[in-house]
Amino acid sequence: MKRLIPLWLTATAGIVMIVSYFIPRTQGWGEDTSIWFDILAGIAFILGGGNILKIHLRKVSDKTKGWGYSVILLFCFLATLFVGLGKIGVHPNTQYPDHSWSGVYNEVGSPFWWLYEYAFKPLTATMFAMLAFYIASAAFRAFRAKNVEAILLLGTAFIILLGRTFAGVWLTDWIADDGPLRGLRIENLTVYIMQVFNTAGSRAIVIGIALGIASTSMKVILGVDRSYLGSGEE
Amino acid sequence: MGMWLWFLLFMILLALLGVLIHRSPTVYRVLTTLDRRWIFLLMFLAVAIPILGQLTFPEKPTGLAKAVFDEIEALEPGDKVLMAWDYDPASEGELQPMATAFTFHCAKKGLKLYYMTIFSPVGPQMIDDSIENVLKTEFPHYEYGVDYVNLGYKSGQEGVIKVIVSNLKELFNTDQYGTSVRDIPMMQDVENIQQIDLIVNVSAGYAGTKEWVLFAVTPYPESIRLVAGCTGVMSPLLYPYIPEQLPGLLGAIKGAAEYEKLVNDKYFTAEGMEVPRKYLKGMLRMGPQLIAHVLIIVLIVVANMIYFAEKRRGTA
Repeated sequence: MKRLIPLWLTATAGIVMIVSYFIPRTQGWGEDTSIWFDILAGIAFILGGGNILKIHLRKVSDKTKGWGYSVILLFCFLATLFVGLGKIGVHPNTQYPDHSWSGVYNEVGSPFWWLYEYAFKPLTATMFAMLAFYIASAAFRAFRAKNVEAILLLGTAFIILLGRTFAGVWLTDWIADDGPLRGLRIENLTVYIMQVFNTAGSRAIVIGIALGIASTSMKVILGVDRSYLGSGEE
Repeated sequence: MGMWLWFLLFMILLALLGVLIHRSPTVYRVLTTLDRRWIFLLMFLAVAIPILGQLTFPEKPTGLAKAVFDEIEALEPGDKVLMAWDYDPASEGELQPMATAFTFHCAKKGLKLYYMTIFSPVGPQMIDDSIENVLKTEFPHYEYGVDYVNLGYKSGQEGVIKVIVSNLKELFNTDQYGTSVRDIPMMQDVENIQQIDLIVNVSAGYAGTKEWVLFAVTPYPESIRLVAGCTGVMSPLLYPYIPEQLPGLLGAIKGAAEYEKLVNDKYFTAEGMEVPRKYLKGMLRMGPQLIAHVLIIVLIVVANMIYFAEKRRGTA
């Protein structure tokens, strides 16, 4: 029963979604199924939060390597959750002034806004910005013209790297913009590579992925592939 | 001419370095055992110096940026635009300039703006940035609920799109601030996003532009039109949808700078006004991008010089 009900739910939802796409009269069924999906996606946040708590509390309890970081994570997680859910320091919505909890959780000046503005935002931006350093290091250590394919890849990379900046325009500025050789200007070469070679390759991959997804989805709907249910063991 | 001399000098220096790597064992040893922190320092300088020096270069808009601009230009005052801001602070550096330019352009055209996000729970803060920095400061006559609305975040990724294409109020029954959509004047005549004239999406990943293409534009090609701006890594994956499902696309900072150029030329330069700094962020970030890209090319070239020197010495 533990496996049978999820199997039936999956099959029903999958068939309804397919039918509602092709038969306009059944469009409402697909809409309802999508709403259930959205509600489940909201609940997934609670599951995710519970999972974080479970994993890191266990780490702290077992005092495994790096458990101190788990303590910091748990503290930040619970503090953010507390000020966000509790709407600490938030004023009531003007429409419902008698309901103290009716205000917006991220009101400017509230503790949650402060955490977002001065902790979350700079930290995530820093993490993303650090990619530039790793890309530079990887460029020095990994890209080698070992064979013809690698040379083609490097050549294309150079054109795109230059074409995405003013250097591309400046380097081939001597080629007339309306002349027969205009296609050789680096900025035009970049557009050509992206719109022809890249699009051709990407479309082939996208079609392949779509066929793969269709086949896998049919297996899941028909209950042939049950891997999403887990092993059933704790 | 001066620039070409610099370029020639640069190439001569690179060639000299190549000769040194081949001939001098000391240079060869230093470069093969180079600590990566030196590379980090070079990248830091390549980005920091142009930022501090506010280095900018002229922009030449490509066809895709012009297509985005033309789609918005073609709208009439009072037309409805769904501003789907699907990004978060991690990609704010790359995407906020185009979000700012989109907001300015749409408000300048007198369009009605419906903001929402399906990417991340911190998406509403990105929307707030656009509202605070552009609408409230530059367009004080824009009234909340009449000219723009912030519908906030809904979880469910493409599931949200699948619902709002036929019933917007089923999921968005309140705005970001908890006000019922029944009390928001500009929501009265909108049942679903097929009644919206254009979707402008700024996207950092899943769910984003691809999902808007697949679940909104593709099933309703007659009634839903979409233009987008996305991160650099996403843009090659979106080219397959151009131009049928996606008439225009701004790729990363370069796309933002091109779009800024088009918008600023029409609404500031043509009217003899100075362009405020907040509408030049894309162009200002092209300076660091140029130097960083040249540095990466130089690093690849030097690394290959070392590789061929190693091959010659039989140590590769």
